[in-house]
Formats: sequence, C-alpha cells, structure tokens
Amino acid sequence: MLDKDGIAKRIAREIKDGFYVNLGIGIPTLVANYIPEGINVVLQSENGLLGMGPFPFEGEEDADLINAGKQTITTLPGSSIFDSAMSFGMIRSQKIDLTILGAMEVSENGDIANWKIPGKMVKGMGGAMDLVASAKNIIVAMQHVNKAGESKLLPTCTLPLTGVNCIKKIVTELAVLDVLPGGGFKLIERAPGVSVDYIRQATTGKLFADDDVPEMSLN
Amino acid sequence: MINKVVSGADEAISDIENGNTLMLGGFGLCGIPENCITALVKKGVKDLTCISNNAGVDDFGIGLMLQKRQVKKMISSYVGENAEFERQLLSGELEVELIPQGTLATRCMAAGYGMPAIFTPAGVGTEVAEGKEVRNFNGKDYLMEYAFDADFAIVKAWKGDTAGNLIFRSTSRNFNPVMAMAGKITIAEVEELVEAGQLDPDHIHTPGVFVHRIFQGANYEKRIEQRTVRTKN
Repeated sequence: MLDKDGIAKRIAREIKDGFYVNLGIGIPTLVANYIPEGINVVLQSENGLLGMGPFPFEGEEDADLINAGKQTITTLPGSSIFDSAMSFGMIRSQKIDLTILGAMEVSENGDIANWKIPGKMVKGMGGAMDLVASAKNIIVAMQHVNKAGESKLLPTCTLPLTGVNCIKKIVTELAVLDVLPGGGFKLIERAPGVSVDYIRQATTGKLFADDDVPEMSLN
Repeated sequence: MINKVVSGADEAISDIENGNTLMLGGFGLCGIPENCITALVKKGVKDLTCISNNAGVDDFGIGLMLQKRQVKKMISSYVGENAEFERQLLSGELEVELIPQGTLATRCMAAGYGMPAIFTPAGVGTEVAEGKEVRNFNGKDYLMEYAFDADFAIVKAWKGDTAGNLIFRSTSRNFNPVMAMAGKITIAEVEELVEAGQLDPDHIHTPGVFVHRIFQGANYEKRIEQRTVRTKN
C-alpha cells in the first residue's frame, strides 16, 4: 500500500519530457518533488504563472508571487506571468498537456466529484471545473477508500459532480487504474504487496482485472 | 493627454452607492485593492454585489466589508479561509454564487471585449449548468455564460501613469487586467504613480482608455496568506 508520497512518485512517472502540467492542491502538489531527472516539465499555476519554481528561501518571500494554493513560490528561468483569462485560455485550448488533481469520488464512466459535500461548508470549485472540462489528459490522485473503508471508485458518483466523463487514469494507494471508454475501471498495476482481490473488494464500480496484474515499480 | 488622477481612495469611490455591483481584482490576498476596500468600509455603502475570485480572510481584504455586512452577494470561485463569511452564508444574510474560476475570468473578459456571452465547457453536466443554455460545437457541449455587468471595477496595479496606463507585477496581475477592462467605471490604485511618458508604451498591460480614475495608494500591507519557504543548506 502506498503513502501519499508513493502515489505522487507513481504519478510522476506518467510525466513526459516537454509537458506543461497543472498540479492541484494536496497529493498532486507532491508530484513536483518526484519528477525524474532529465524530464523537463513546466508547471502551470492557474492564477497566472508558467514555470513555477520551489518555495523561496526564508526571507525572500514575495507577497506578489504566489501559486493557486496562495503559497509563496518562485519563478524559474523561462517563466512567464499572465492574467487569469489568458491562464484559462491556455487550459481550454489544451496547451496544458496534463492535469493532476485530487478527487473525493470517481465513477466508472469517468465522472469526478471533488468540490462539494452537501450539508457541509462549501468552499467552491476554484479552477477544477475548467480544468477537468478541457484537459486532454487528467490523472486523479486519490484514496481508494474513505476513512470508513467505503470505496470512492463507484458505479456513479453520489456527490455533486465537478465534471462528467473526463477521467481516464487514477492512481490510489492500492492501484493504477484506467477508466475504459465504454465504462468500468481497468486495473493496470497493483501497489506493492496488494492483491487483485483486495483491490476488487475496495472497488464498488465495475472492475476489469487480468489474473496477472503487474506490481507497480516506483523507480 | 487626458488626466485620470484623483486625490485618493475616498474620492475614487465617492459615487459608489448602496446596491452597486463591484468587481474587485486579486487572487486570495494577492493584488487586492487595499486602499479602496478601506475607503468602502469607511464610507459604509451596503447591499453590494461583489465579483471577486475570493472573499478575503476574516480581518483583511473583502473580509473587512463582510464584517460590516456591506455585501449582499458574492460571486466567486473559492471562498474558504473566512469564518465570518461562513457564518453569514449559513445564517442566510449573504447570498453566494460559486462559479468556475475560468468562467469568472472569461465573463470579465467578455465584458471588457464587448461580447455579450461566451461558451465554455466548464460545468457541463454539473449543478453549475442548471438553467443555462447548452450548445454543441464540433461534438462537444458548452454552457452559455453571460458577460458580467458591473457598475465599477476596482483594481490594483504596481505602476500607473497619469493617463491611466497600468503595469502589474508578478502574480498580483491575476484578475486585475480583465476586470479593469470590464467595469463601466474602472478605478485603479497603484503603488507608484508617474507622469505620462514615464512608462514605456510597450510595457503597458492595461491601456489608459479602460481606466477612469487612478491614484497612488498608501501603506500597502500585502499580507501573505500561506508563507511557505525552504531553508538554505
């Protein structure tokens, strides 16, 4: 079973050289720490920055330079700054190669819910609806089951949707799964030490798994 | 040269009235019009509709206007980090319309570009789509979203000149340029106001034609919401 960093590490292996990537808040942010050497990527922050660098050194924080999580950050050689409309222009016109974001639920037809729990305080969707509606390639980083042990990979989402029929790949603490075009989760890889049966039990949505699903490699 | 300079925030916002719709630039607390917000709190105008990506924090930004119950409705994409906001929302004192961030930016852009509506895929199939026209282009569904109609846009820039030309700094640019284009009346507060001719025309982000009033703000706090650093080793 993977921890959060393990999920981030596995997702980082999906990033190809030359990609422009948008990372959501939470586990997706950790992916930046595991991008393999020799792979050049440009991170987009939807508040208006391409080429997001690491956190500043203490004492060098700049209130005018933050990421979409409102954290102080830095630029890198080749960075560019733009307004919010242009930022979502490059998202909608699919100039961003890959979006990595978290989810509360994903359904077997690729619907995602990650912005609202009715009855609880609603904070808003931020840029998530724009990202999932337009991205050509989305990877979801999420926990396979909730704290009560209930599956978050479902036949249909129970929570208000963020986007429909848009998720193609999911990485959880248990597995890497693809969402099949015709519906259903296809088990691609198992986390180290996790059996296909265990994953099957943790997945309420339709699961397709071969008998010999490989264990994922993280290096 | 048309001179856009006013004496300060109080004069700039003097004709904002109860019930007006305001756009306020900024992302989180980054690039917010601090001086105008302070002046609006002092003036005490009420029943405002505020279009802004976020709603500030309890004791800064639009949060200051919420504390004085000056806001009737917020139109935002993300409104966490604000306990007073939550209280007013749950008690029904405050109306909130949450919309996707790109939709928010593009509805500003549409207003500034003189287009009545835009089509975006954001929110198709979700509760955001309820009651909205859906059009299919090239096999994909899009929602029709209307351009905003704001009485005033209030923005913050780094530098400006007496002709109203604006230059923004770093990610404090965010919503400011599109909102500057979108207000019926646009008010710009700047950290440094210079004479026309002092800024390179090639470096202007917002041409002065979009700006009706400009002044040099004072005492910028520029509060950092999430101070994240790494240590040298």
